[in-house]
Amino acid sequence: MALKARNCPPARGIAMLVVQVEKQLGEFSMNASFASEGGATALFGPSGAGKTSVINMIAGLMKPDRGRIVLDGNVLFDTAAKVDVPVSRRRIGYVFQEGRLFPHLSVNHNLDYGRWMCGHAADAAAFNHVIELLNIGHLLDRRPGKLSGGERQRVAVGRALLMRPRLLLLDEPLASLDAARKRDILPYLERLRDEARVPMIYVSHNATEVKRIARHVVRLEDGRITAMGGTDLLDAAQADMLA
Amino acid sequence: MFELSPQDWTAVQLSLRVAAVSTLVALPFGIAIATLLARKSFWGKSILDAAVHLPLVLPPVVTGYLLLISFGRKAPVGAFLADHFGVVFSFRWIGAALACGVMAFPLMVRAVRLSVESIDRRLEDAAATLGATQMWTFVTVTLPLALPGIIAGMMLAFARALGEFGATITFVSNIPGETQTISAAIYTLLQVPGGDTAALRLVVVSIIISFAALLASEWLSRRATARLHGA
Repeated sequence: MALKARNCPPARGIAMLVVQVEKQLGEFSMNASFASEGGATALFGPSGAGKTSVINMIAGLMKPDRGRIVLDGNVLFDTAAKVDVPVSRRRIGYVFQEGRLFPHLSVNHNLDYGRWMCGHAADAAAFNHVIELLNIGHLLDRRPGKLSGGERQRVAVGRALLMRPRLLLLDEPLASLDAARKRDILPYLERLRDEARVPMIYVSHNATEVKRIARHVVRLEDGRITAMGGTDLLDAAQADMLA
Repeated sequence: MFELSPQDWTAVQLSLRVAAVSTLVALPFGIAIATLLARKSFWGKSILDAAVHLPLVLPPVVTGYLLLISFGRKAPVGAFLADHFGVVFSFRWIGAALACGVMAFPLMVRAVRLSVESIDRRLEDAAATLGATQMWTFVTVTLPLALPGIIAGMMLAFARALGEFGATITFVSNIPGETQTISAAIYTLLQVPGGDTAALRLVVVSIIISFAALLASEWLSRRATARLHGA
């Protein structure tokens, strides 16, 4: 498929995130290169395209065979220069599909975990801001086992935000929820994009969802980037699917 | 009617001390070996695994004898420890604790290993993305999630230590007040004509202790599991 370059909305100067990775996973080969200027970028494509692998490589949970990952001018991974910053030092927030809240800790301690591990001082204003943004104040004393799917994902977003990440990765955060729950959570994610000012990579196979959240779209199919541009890419993708 | 003699009391106290000390001292090693076996692959892993299980399979007398020829006062390890650290195992209660710890070790490792293996490792990945180093991830995620298994392992080790007889008597003999645990005391009483009643009293005491230990561990383990599942 031809690479369709489209006009992007105004960039903030240099690329915030540069990803060039190659990885062989059994029979599946990945070779993905893209850059993001910040804001909300969607990594969009059908299931099995390798979207989760790409963000796992950005987070440091999966090691590329070859490549280079640079965040804000800071080299996180580079095979040529033999750089591989450990996951714990990358300061990249990650919202997993299944939340992955710590079952043995209360919501409050889950939210505080990243701040504590990163050695930041307690910041009540930031904490309250995130709690208010995601409307999770009433859940603080509960344990993750007692949360609904939607509440769990909101807490997972809050936990990732409170470590003050340089970049936020969201891996199909709504995929495990039913349609009604998705509608409930989407507004929170829109507020997150507008208010939290953390650059985001939003992984999804759902065009409607991506359209509401993202400004830029990177399309990934079968381990390759097939298109980069604005959300108008999604209309083409939808047309493809309908055709 | 049911009155324990001072010697009986000494044996009971000694048994509890030996079991508690051997369990607590074995615990850090047990957790370390269990985690190693559950998580890492390295050369000689199956040999280590077999070596850890050996006391479970060997006749206790053999384990006791092996301890005697390595940790005895004149034996290589025993002499080294005595000369450099002043720690003497032979004919001391601490030697009984060593024997019980070795005998209980495989049970502890098995229980802890099972629970470490059942932990969802994706939670550890999540901790790493939140800035936790491997060591902190182990302390704040792995260990708390393995707690039910750790409690079960301690309980099994404690029970095994209370019941230990063969290795202990071979290694440190049967000295009242020093190495004579409940099992050894019962055995001694049964060798004496008319000792049955006294032996019976100790039998009842050991049943009570075992029962209490079982109930306590059951309760602790249920609480730990409930904590993990959001009570």
